[in-house]
Amino acid sequence: MEKPNLDYIDDIARGDTSIKKTLIDVIKNEFPKEKEDYFSSLKNKEYKKIEENVHRIKHKISILGLIKSYEKANEFEHNLREKNISGYQDFQKILNAISEYLETI
Amino acid sequence: MDCIIIDDEKMARVIIKTLCEKVNSLKIVSEFSNAMQAIKFLNENSIDLIFLDIHMPNFNGLDFIKTLKNPPKIILTTSDPKFAIEAFEYDFIVDYLLKPIELSRFEKAINKAQKHRAPESMRNSKNESKSNSETNNDLYVNIDRRLIKIDLPSIYLIEAKGDYIHIKTEDKDYVVHSTLKKIEEKLPHSLFIKVHRSYIINIKKIIDIEDNSVLIKRDVIPVSRSRRPELMKRLDLL
Repeated sequence: MEKPNLDYIDDIARGDTSIKKTLIDVIKNEFPKEKEDYFSSLKNKEYKKIEENVHRIKHKISILGLIKSYEKANEFEHNLREKNISGYQDFQKILNAISEYLETI
Repeated sequence: MDCIIIDDEKMARVIIKTLCEKVNSLKIVSEFSNAMQAIKFLNENSIDLIFLDIHMPNFNGLDFIKTLKNPPKIILTTSDPKFAIEAFEYDFIVDYLLKPIELSRFEKAINKAQKHRAPESMRNSKNESKSNSETNNDLYVNIDRRLIKIDLPSIYLIEAKGDYIHIKTEDKDYVVHSTLKKIEEKLPHSLFIKVHRSYIINIKKIIDIEDNSVLIKRDVIPVSRSRRPELMKRLDLL
């Protein structure tokens, strides 16, 4: 499993620590709620909502430099459009990896 | 250029704001987490450029574009380029940026926006020419071999039922052998709008609007998803 990183955030912040902190704070604030919404939609099998939840989280996956995970999330999102949840186990691993990483920054 | 950002995700808005701060010519005037708030803002404010997310729940970026009366320049932001392709039929779409947005690509899009001159909207000019011809307030309908005059502004609803249309006015209802398409051509564009394949309503008689329906007199009329943006565009929103 690839590891999340802050390369993109560093690139955007260009050495400005306050910008870097703002961006990290937003991810740390938004991600837990998005993850919670995703699991709630998954539990209720609301495919449209699950798709929307995955779409939002996908952006954070790309921000954290998870290129292969982004492809998997993309595939999962496309499957959900056909009411097919295959790929949810991989997606859960990605969510766990991000959660663990956010604890460290 | 005065800009606004429309994106349901805060992270995306913060990134665009950060990128804008690196370009001197840009000033973020406001930001919105949903397109409906932005419509209200644009009814009262003039801006030069919108950063618009396409993929948003309920009312997406493409629905939003269809509501714009005098569209400013727009740069689309999306994670999925296939959504952007659909929007490129509009002259005022300058560019699209794939998320996560890189600074160099962002600067390129801004250069495009600065050079771009949007042609006048074809739709606006069409509407103007139609409204110029709207002078007649009466419509004659054939019922039982009699030509009956109906005062157009008094009509609040027209419903298609098989080979007939039901015309409902303040005082009386009429059943006429005709089609919605035929009567639509005779109606003033400023007053009437087709909100569903079976219904035309008088926009001045609307009492309230919910997600997928309008209340007009005592009738609850469905609004089809494809016609909702046009309806929203025609309303005078506070």
